[in-house]
Amino acid sequence: MDRTNGAPTSGARKAGVARPSSPGRRAFLRTGAGVAGAAAAGAVLGNGGPAAAVAAEADPAHLPPNVPWWTQYLGDGVAARPYGLPSPYEAHVVRRNVEWLTATTESSVNFTPIQDLHGFVTPNGVCFERHHGGTTEVNPAEFRLMINGLVDTPKILTMEDIFRFPVESRFYFLECAANTGMEWRGAQLNGVQYTHGMIHCVQYTGVPLRVILDQVGVKPNGKWLMCEGGDSSGMHRSVPLEKALDDAMLAFAMNGEMLRPENGYPLRLVLPGWEGNMWVKWIRRIEVGDKPWHTREETSKYTDLLADGTARFFTWEMDAKSVITGPCPEKPVLHKGVNQIKGLAWSGRGRIKEVHVSTDGGRNWMQARLPDPVLNKCLTCFNAEFEWNGEEVLLQSRAVDETGYVQPTMQALQEVRGVNSIYHNNSIQTWLVNKTGEVENVRLG
Amino acid sequence: MSVLARTLTRGVAAGALVLGLGVSAAVAADLEPGKQYDLGRAATAEEIAGWDIDLRPDGADAPIGQGTPIEGEDIYLTQCASCHGEFGEGMDRYPVLFGGEDTLASHDPVKTPGSYWPYASTLFDYIHRAMPFGQAQTLTADQTYALTAFLLYINFVIDEDDFVLSNENIGEIEMPNRDGFIPDDRPDGQPEMVCMSDCDVGTEVIGRAAIIDVTPDDDGPAVSID
Repeated sequence: MDRTNGAPTSGARKAGVARPSSPGRRAFLRTGAGVAGAAAAGAVLGNGGPAAAVAAEADPAHLPPNVPWWTQYLGDGVAARPYGLPSPYEAHVVRRNVEWLTATTESSVNFTPIQDLHGFVTPNGVCFERHHGGTTEVNPAEFRLMINGLVDTPKILTMEDIFRFPVESRFYFLECAANTGMEWRGAQLNGVQYTHGMIHCVQYTGVPLRVILDQVGVKPNGKWLMCEGGDSSGMHRSVPLEKALDDAMLAFAMNGEMLRPENGYPLRLVLPGWEGNMWVKWIRRIEVGDKPWHTREETSKYTDLLADGTARFFTWEMDAKSVITGPCPEKPVLHKGVNQIKGLAWSGRGRIKEVHVSTDGGRNWMQARLPDPVLNKCLTCFNAEFEWNGEEVLLQSRAVDETGYVQPTMQALQEVRGVNSIYHNNSIQTWLVNKTGEVENVRLG
Repeated sequence: MSVLARTLTRGVAAGALVLGLGVSAAVAADLEPGKQYDLGRAATAEEIAGWDIDLRPDGADAPIGQGTPIEGEDIYLTQCASCHGEFGEGMDRYPVLFGGEDTLASHDPVKTPGSYWPYASTLFDYIHRAMPFGQAQTLTADQTYALTAFLLYINFVIDEDDFVLSNENIGEIEMPNRDGFIPDDRPDGQPEMVCMSDCDVGTEVIGRAAIIDVTPDDDGPAVSID
């Protein structure tokens, strides 16, 4: 055994040299699965970038009975990583965007890599971003929240003021109303990151909005709030007072640290269960009024066009929805025999009650397991098992929430709404596992 | 009894009750409704005036000013046309600003101020707060009224190119699609019953994303959606 073989110099180690990158699933499929022929491997590669690269070839010098270099030599000291980052082997777990969707990246969206995440909490660095004027950088010392309109005392609050109010910490999902919006007319994007990745779920910490409103005294005729961002689009939405007094909060932290700039640092609105567009980031002002404002984002956008040419407006709640995040196009089935199905379910109207899983395109369903916790307006993990014998399988999941709402089929949604709604597509997703173990986004009929 | 002793006694009592019921629950205080924290300070009228830029569909709170389509056309050509096109046709994927009448129920709806937007106030508000893209809040109220008037003119909402749009009359403009919106009537698409076995559903594959081939990192054609 050559004990020095494979040990990089310290410089090389720092640069990550000699550590296998992620050459993709081709090698993995070829060597790991034993079910994928060359043709299948080629097809999977063609399916594109978000490769579920798990491991590349292992160097025998690093395997038993040999002792690898990391077992012999010192690693980084505690001063080397003052803010830790994921392992370089996880470099594929990143947000991705779809260039052709928008004219610019400043007014655009990217997608959470839900196929590579575990549990229901989204790490802060991969929470999807939706901006209308780019990421806004605000110095907290220069942050001001103005509250005016139909109030007894218009006020200005600083972050220091905000920190002195009572706080709460709660887990909530945030889903863009346009999540899955590219799939109305058919299966279009071949990856769960793109079809369902406009969602994140974090523990938000902040001040209940009703506590803040108590400080200004909402006048009796005050029924609506206009919440306005301090970004270069001045993103603003009308919010009914009832929601503000119910479970809305002004959050300054996510998953235990201050908000990331991409997600509204230093203060954002949190409206549990409601469409993400309304969760105003970098919030600078709340105006109280007696009627809604009908802003651009609640008229021209975020209204749901129906087949007859009329459009629904103020479609705030996110309907119950679920999706299988493995297997999925980025996560092929690699082994015959027992396989685990995992996925996420959520509802803007409360808790998830049941998730059903089908392996035959919705003809027959089984109950999925729902490991604790099942929280209100929060992502809920589900899982189930299936035996794969190498035949084609049509995987689906279907969520039911505590109100009894059942996640519908696309056909059922299209019968009511047509195909031009863009927003609020919560239909059942189908993944086809083909005979090579590749997984495709398909539409059934 | 001291405060400390009372607190301890209450804690013991609550703990005993919880144990007796065989469940565990935290003992906690609630927020005090309506409590005044004496935090922050009053906003001055001048501060509010600088930030309170919104207006409503009926024209309430509209910034004082005025402008005409003719005036707006000049501003449009220098400030807007590079993205939205010389005629409002939209360059690349920037929004189209005119036309689209009678398309909303079609296969390819074109949603413009003329075909879709229910209120003229929204045009003024959005231009005033967010345009030109990357130079927000640089247009004066007069310039914004002029641009709004120009867009209403090219969408045949107003007929005269010297029409004076102002804070006085913006709430009276009637947009063609004003009645095209209905309140949220979900939930919808619900099954009569939750079928668990031998369900009558189509399971033939009728569409495949791999064939449409627009997933990033492909070399396929860039098909766009809107």
